[in-house]
Amino acid sequence: MILSIIILIIEVAVVLGVLLLHVAYAVYFERKILGHIQARLGPTEVGPLGLFQPFADLIKLFFKEDNIPFGADKVLFTAAPVIVVTCVMTSFSVLPFAAGWVLANINVGLLFVLAMSSLGVYGIIIAGWSSNSKYAFLGALRSSAQIISYEIPMGIALLAVLIMTGSLNLSDIVYAQDKLPWGMFIFPQIIGFFVFLVCALAETNRTPFDLPEAETELVAGYLTEYSGFRWGLFFLAEYSAMYVMSSMLTICFLGGWTLPPFLTNLLPILNLVPGIIWFLLKVYVIMFFYIWVRGTVPRYRFDQLLKIGWKLLLPLSLTNLFIIMIIKKVFMP
Amino acid sequence: MSIPILFFAYFAIASIVLSLIVVTRKNYIHAVLWTLLLFVHISGIYLFLNAEFFAMIQMIVYAGAILVMLIFVIMLLNVKHEDHLSDLSSLSIPKVFFVFCALGILVLALQASYLNTTGKFSIDFVNTFSDAKLLGQVFYSEANLPLIIMGVVLFVPMIAAIVLAGKRSDE
Repeated sequence: MILSIIILIIEVAVVLGVLLLHVAYAVYFERKILGHIQARLGPTEVGPLGLFQPFADLIKLFFKEDNIPFGADKVLFTAAPVIVVTCVMTSFSVLPFAAGWVLANINVGLLFVLAMSSLGVYGIIIAGWSSNSKYAFLGALRSSAQIISYEIPMGIALLAVLIMTGSLNLSDIVYAQDKLPWGMFIFPQIIGFFVFLVCALAETNRTPFDLPEAETELVAGYLTEYSGFRWGLFFLAEYSAMYVMSSMLTICFLGGWTLPPFLTNLLPILNLVPGIIWFLLKVYVIMFFYIWVRGTVPRYRFDQLLKIGWKLLLPLSLTNLFIIMIIKKVFMP
Repeated sequence: MSIPILFFAYFAIASIVLSLIVVTRKNYIHAVLWTLLLFVHISGIYLFLNAEFFAMIQMIVYAGAILVMLIFVIMLLNVKHEDHLSDLSSLSIPKVFFVFCALGILVLALQASYLNTTGKFSIDFVNTFSDAKLLGQVFYSEANLPLIIMGVVLFVPMIAAIVLAGKRSDE
């Protein structure tokens, strides 16, 4: 009993440690890619090729002044970044990184990730409200409207995955895709994949949907009053959430850690590569897409954002659901 | 005492204490946030009944959607701290009547339940299937008609909201 608890704690520590390292280098990754998109070089000074830049940033954030604005609700102001980070980090406990590589193989993993992403909105609302600032408050209100609206098409897109699998367990979803000859759910449900991809951008407040922190109108949205390490926690949560959404896309639509069977039949040597490599490869392709979008697409207006959510993505996800129901009934009895 | 009983004791006592904290807060935002903590504990109790699906639905629907709407409304209406509301002198006859009605329903519900008898859906029975599967079977076969009626009932406020919103835009 005690031993298993100790082993579990060690596992959690290892996953969190690896995750934090990935998040640190996601920032480097983003700055490098954005630099090259804009014909710059990105960070080059700290260490070879600028590889130690994340650590320099981290040390800088640690030693910055920690400022709590006058008239702020102190308890909630300090609690908000913690809530955001906790909700995002908890999602990682149910994500399977390779066959059997999952901290908690629970039967409702899909719903757990959705629940945690919907709880994360509290951190943002509290951050905006407790800052006692108009910019922060407006940013928080926008953010809650955005996240709630985009959760609905996202849930319906996942519902189609659920119909194909018949299980809410994330590992079972990957095994169900492995049985298909093409090995991925993206195929009958390409519309669902698109809907989820756009919703993932909106849920993590990334460009083109980064309205909560639109610099040109709201200074920095709900982050306006935060500085130093607390701001760093929000930053950490945003990048971790990108990893959660990329992992969910990989698990639910791209076959997780498995390769399509026709590829492994063609080149049996690919079976020797560990599953985690394929998983990370797929996750990083989606991460690259995230950053690519940030480098190319301008920000939407708020009314356009809500229009896309309710008038485009919701009907699209319902169409996807309808098509998948017919496919399941007719071709996969 | 075994560890599960200790855990259950924590969740049960914490739920009661938290609900007392919720109704005694003067700041509405703080009250809503304590409610959030209460909902998390209630979903913990669902997990003890092997109802993982219910636990997650509790988190997604109540904590993730309804409470966010509540916080949204409180923030938009900009409610000030109205201390006189907690005064006992502001009790009116409809309020007292409503409270007694709610109490009556609670007593009737307690009378209808029998202790120490197990129904069809015991914890072990739910454990053999998943509770999501069982819920689907019950909803779409045995409780078909109540489900449809419930859907219609929930559809009415939606129409009302659309009608209200439409009127505003005409002016």
